Formats: sequence, structure tokens, C-alpha cells
Amino acid sequence: MTTQLPPGLQLEKLNERIMTLNVGPQHPGSGHMRLVIKVDGDYIVSCDPDPGYVHRGEEKMAEYRNYIQNIPHLERPVIHDSCNVLYPYCLGVEELLGVEVPERAQYLRVIASELNRCVYIQYWLAIYGIFLGHSTMFMWPAGDRELFIDLLEKMTGARVTHAFFVPGGIRNDVPANFEDMCLKRVNYFEKRIKEYAAIFYDNPILISRTRGAGVLSRDDAIRLGTTGSTLRASGVDFDLRKKEPYDVYSELDVHSNVLKDGDSYARSKIPWLDMLESCNIIRQALQKMPKSGSVRVKLKPNPKGGNDEVYKRVESGRGSLGCYIVSRSKPEPYRVKMSVGSFRNLICMPYLLKGEKLGNMPAVYWSLNYWPVEADR
Amino acid sequence: MSAIAPKFRFSYFLKSILDNVFWIVTLFTLIGIPLVMILLFYIELPVINGKKLLDPYLALTTLADPSRQIPMLKSIIHSDFFRITAFPGFGFAALLAAATIFIERKMLAKLQLRVGPFYCGKVEGILQLMGDGLKLISKEIIIPAKADKPIFWAAPVLFVATAAAFVSLIPVASGGWVVADVDVGLLAVFAVIGFFPVITVLSAWSANSKYPFIGGLRALHQMVSFEIPLILSVLGIVILTGTLNLTEIVQSQDTYWWIVFLPIGAIVFFIAILAELERIPFDLPEAESEIVAGWLTEFSGMMYGLVQLGSYVKLYAFAALFVVLFLGGWHGPMVWPPFPEEIITNGITMGPITVHLPGLPLFDQQMLNDVLWFVIKTMGVIFVILLPRGVFPRIRIDLLLHIGWYKLIGLSFVNIFIALGLLYAGVLGPGGIL
Repeated sequence: MTTQLPPGLQLEKLNERIMTLNVGPQHPGSGHMRLVIKVDGDYIVSCDPDPGYVHRGEEKMAEYRNYIQNIPHLERPVIHDSCNVLYPYCLGVEELLGVEVPERAQYLRVIASELNRCVYIQYWLAIYGIFLGHSTMFMWPAGDRELFIDLLEKMTGARVTHAFFVPGGIRNDVPANFEDMCLKRVNYFEKRIKEYAAIFYDNPILISRTRGAGVLSRDDAIRLGTTGSTLRASGVDFDLRKKEPYDVYSELDVHSNVLKDGDSYARSKIPWLDMLESCNIIRQALQKMPKSGSVRVKLKPNPKGGNDEVYKRVESGRGSLGCYIVSRSKPEPYRVKMSVGSFRNLICMPYLLKGEKLGNMPAVYWSLNYWPVEADR
Repeated sequence: MSAIAPKFRFSYFLKSILDNVFWIVTLFTLIGIPLVMILLFYIELPVINGKKLLDPYLALTTLADPSRQIPMLKSIIHSDFFRITAFPGFGFAALLAAATIFIERKMLAKLQLRVGPFYCGKVEGILQLMGDGLKLISKEIIIPAKADKPIFWAAPVLFVATAAAFVSLIPVASGGWVVADVDVGLLAVFAVIGFFPVITVLSAWSANSKYPFIGGLRALHQMVSFEIPLILSVLGIVILTGTLNLTEIVQSQDTYWWIVFLPIGAIVFFIAILAELERIPFDLPEAESEIVAGWLTEFSGMMYGLVQLGSYVKLYAFAALFVVLFLGGWHGPMVWPPFPEEIITNGITMGPITVHLPGLPLFDQQMLNDVLWFVIKTMGVIFVILLPRGVFPRIRIDLLLHIGWYKLIGLSFVNIFIALGLLYAGVLGPGGIL
């Protein structure tokens, strides 16, 4: 009697040309996840992403804590984009409790969220650089990221996990000279990231390597349900800041970046363009922001929602990030469901990697703007 | 658990040290010194000026009279052993390789707006490499269970040995400062280079693991396809000089360097050595994000250290070969100060006990000047080899093979035609104008 082999090994046994590679979880080219890749020579025959190594049960944990206690742990999935992760939750809870957020708080939220988006994208870009073997592109964003991390530290009190957004506004007001400091840093940051084009985006080797790698057509991008930079790189103009403006985004002039190629190069360039756009948004918000005023609506100590449910979504660094909250007249939410951009973008990875060369694997994989911890939650 | 043993006493500690010292001294006096004496009786020692320099009776008197050591040192310097291990050979190459690693780290750090090694050794982290070496030596060597052990063990040693063989063919200074002055030196170089892909594939295969295997095959593809432009790009020089001897090739460049007439060949050769050395942008065999560490994945401890040593010695050797072929080797204006006449004729007096030392200096002025220029040029070439690491990402294997087989081979043929044109026009070569 022969025991039944798992499907991957069967294929390997049938055809000696096929070799199975376990890329991850202990592989420098994977995140906290595993890709089971079958290669025929240098070509990838099939790819089976296997997330779930960092599942922490954030959604279940949210059912045992009240609306305020949920704040610090719901940001854990993407600590380097923590403002954007908390954003839909706060919007949802505010709608459940019927709270109107002060205008200054709304502007400060937009600023914090855009700063955090830059921090996230810099981190992402650093890893994209090292995945392509470009060590300078690892060091530069990792260093320039400190500008905004320091700024956010002055603003929120924490360097990475800010827990800055609370239902009803923001946790605390910003320091007195914040506007000048922010404007100065944003201007310098913009000047600095424009230099990345010279060493990275206009690099002939990078272009020859990522151009035409893992092409996702417009129809496929919509059919597979991708979001964020992956979707916009395939020519779909879908930016929630523009399509479904929340807070004060409707009063700001937001330009959404769209490229038509749908390859790894376009997917890697969209976040960089997003950073430039974020700088514009921050400058506008700093101009229009009321110079003083309340930043937080005091809630009752243990607020209860009604028998209601709410779904809110925002544009995070990785695409649309939705939060579905069900309330059953209790201090704790009945259910909190996060619909994250990472997981949506992960779905198209097997389609993109099939038939690609093994050398394209990191270029395609990381260009999807995928953060394994967020996908697992 | 405490760090110090429970019954620790400082006096016991001192006693154990004194015990060790006592036994070492005793054994050395009883066994070591008689052994040395016996050896000195039986080993033939160098004879200079018709006198035997060192016999057992005189062995200890050299300590009292340093002037006796000068001819001995001279005879050692001119021995084959010294050449192979120390000066134009492996020791010199390893020293420059260590300097290369330091320069690479600091330069890359400056390029990437960071500090680089800083604390180890007080001055800009100059001892960092030593620290890394000590760490690698003290690490456990783990061999995969299914590895082909003899070959897996042999591969790093073979790698270093091949790199050392490559170094031995490089002439460093005029006056025969080369380990092996072969008439077909250039062919010998290519024969030695031909071993690298074999060793790489052997080590990758013997590890019996998937990532090293893929890395080894990539290395094989890369090295084999770039050896062809590497050899073809040198053909122009061989046509113009009519010799394969590396020393003669250097001597042919005393007025002008070959890079002036054959720039295309130099560019092709430079790109090909980047690929041969597996450096960024051609570091596919060690592509970290794709295949972990490529063919180095299963190496641990000092085995990894040996491969790194070998690859940096190889880097020095290729840079030196570039200097020898295209940049005029050791030729350069005389900048080394001449030795004072009285030192050469009368010797110097030195030390608290005044000792007269005739026979100094050990090296002549021409040779030191040659070495200076050679090292300067080699370090310049090494710097340019290191620079792409901060600028370029990794290339993909199909693009790499495309560059190797289409562009570089085509360019190297263009280079050969330029060389032939110069030869037939009577500009260069035997009976040329220049």
C-alpha cells in the first residue's frame, strides 16, 4: 500500500522536471508567510500562497473589549500604518454612537493619516529595494522614514504604534509649533524622495527587470478584487479619498495616481507617486486647518451603541481598508470584521506568478503591496 | 545559573594559570629545544657568500648580533616559499582583500547615508573584519545530513586554493616579482578561472539541498557564458603584443596603456569580471530574496568564511589582472624617495646597543615604486568594481545571458577588429610607429 502524497509532492514525483520550493516562512524573500512554488527550470509552474503564520485573532479579541479598549490592539496588524488601520474603526464607532468630530480634529486626522501613509510606503519601498538587491534603496527610505517618525512622535507621543485616533476625534492636540515643523519636514521629504527616481525608478536595470513582469490587466484586476496601488497600477481610477471622501478629504484637492501598464514597475511606482501626493495633501490640510479649537468629543465612560451595524472604509497604504462593526446595545461590539487590502491583493499572486521566471518572484510578490501580518490579522 | 562557578576562588584561578605555564615551560625545555637543535643539524640551511649562515652553534648568536639576520632575511625574501605565501602571493592578496572589505563597507555606508562599522577598533571600525573573522572561527560548522561530506568539506578549501593559484600568476613589480612566471601566463589564468564554476557546482550539488542547487546552476550558467567574452576581449592585446606572458604584456605598456587603444575591450573585460566575481548587479548565484544565499546557503562557520576569503582574493586577482592587461601594470612615474647613500654602502646603526647593520635596505627603490603604483591602480579598479553595489539592483538571469551572449561577444569582436586594424595600419604591434 502506498500512502497518499500531498498534491505538491505528487506532481514532483510524476514529473522529475518539477521542483517544489518552500519560500518561507524562514526565507529572506518571504514575509511572515509561505509561498509553495513549483518550478520547471527557471519558470514558475504554480504558486500557492500560504498565509496564516501570524494570525492573532484581533477580530475575536475586539469582541471582549469595549469600544475604547479596542483602540491600541486593533492597530497591531500594521503597526507602521497604525493611523490608517484605526481610521475606519473610529469612523464606524462615531457613526454608531452618533458623535460629530470637531473640524480641527478632522484635519489633524488627515495629516496624521497621510504622514503615516508616507511612513508605511517608505518601509514598503525599503523592502522592495532589498528584494531586488538594491541595498541603497533599502537604506535611504529606512533613513528618511525617521523624519516623519520623529514628527509623529512629537504629534502623538509614540514612534510607531500611535493609538492616536479615538472615537470622537484624536487623543491629544498637537504641540504649539507643529505647523511650521510639519511644513518644513514635508518640504524636505518631498525634495528627498524625488531623488529616489534617479537611483531607483529611472535605473535601466530596474526597468528592464520589472517592466513586463507580472502583468495584471484592467479586467483581471477588477475581477480578482484587487485594491489600492495594485488596482490603480492596472488603470482603474479607484481611490477612496476621492470616490468616497471621509472626514475632510472632500474639501481637499486629492489627485489619484493611475498608471495603465499593470506590471511590477507600475505597481512599484504608484506608492512613490502616492507619497508625493500625500505631501500635497498635508500642505493643503495645514493651510485650511483651524488654528485652534477642540480636538476631541468627550464620550461617556463606557459608551454603548444601539442595535445597529455599520461599515466604513478608508484608503490605507495598501488599498481600501474596511471595518464592519455590529453592535448589540452593549459596551462591547458584537462583531468587528476588518476587510484588509493586503488579503485582497494576495489573491492575485498565483495568477501573476504562473509562468513567470523565478527571478521575478520577489519583484512581483512585493509589488503587490502586501503586508502578511495585516492579511492574517 | 551564575556565570562564575560556585566554588570559584581567585587563588585557584591563578594557580591553574601558573600550573599551565609551568608545564608548558618544562615541556618546551625538555622536548622543544632539543628538537629544534636536532632539526637544525639535519636541515640544509641557505648558503650565502660561501658561508653557512646558520648552524646550531650560531643559531642563538643572531639574537645578539642583528647584522647576522640581514642576509638571512634577504635569502628568505628571495625564496619561493616567501613568494608563494607572503609577498606577491597569498599573504599580499589577502591583505589587500581585507582592505577591500573595509573600503567596501565604509564606502557603501557613505553612499547609503549611514556610518558603517564604527566601534570595533576605535578608529572608524577598522578591526571589524577581525571581529567578524573571530566570530566565524568560533561558530559551529553544521553539515547537512544528506550532504556528500568529502566534497562539501573540500569545496571551500578548493575555492581558496584556486583563488590563490590565480594570484600566483599576477606579476606585481619589475624584476621578476611574480610567483609563477609562465610563458603562457594568460592561458594559465584562463585555465585557473575555469576551475571556479566546477567548484561552485560541486559544492552546490554536494550540499544536497534545493537552493544551493539552483544557485550552483545559476553560477554555472553565468560563469561559463561570461568566460567567452572575458577571453575574447583580451585577444586584442595578445594580437598587438604577440605574447601570452603577463610580465611581457606589462613591459609592452611602458609608454602607453592598452586601455587607450582598446577601450571597448577594457569595458567588456570589466563587465565580464563583474559577472565572474558574482558581484552586484550580477550576484544572481547568491540572490538573497530569491534563493536564500544561493550556493552558499548550507555553508556555516569558517567554511563560509573561507568562501568569502576566496571570493575577495579572487576580486583582488581580477582587479590586478585588469591592471596588468589594460592599465600598464606597475608602470608609473618614480615617486618613491631614494635610499640615502650611506645606508646602501655602510649600513645603519640602530638600537640601544649600537649595532651596525650593513645590507639594508632589503628591497630596491624601483621595486618599491612599482609595488606602490600597482597597489594604487589595483585599489582604484577594486573601487570601481565595488561601486555598482550601491547603485544597481540585481539583474535577471535571462537578461544576464542576453548581455553575455549577444552584446559582450559582439563588442569583443569589434575590439579584435580594432586591434587588427591598428596592427595592419602599422600603428602598433611589431614594427609599428608607436
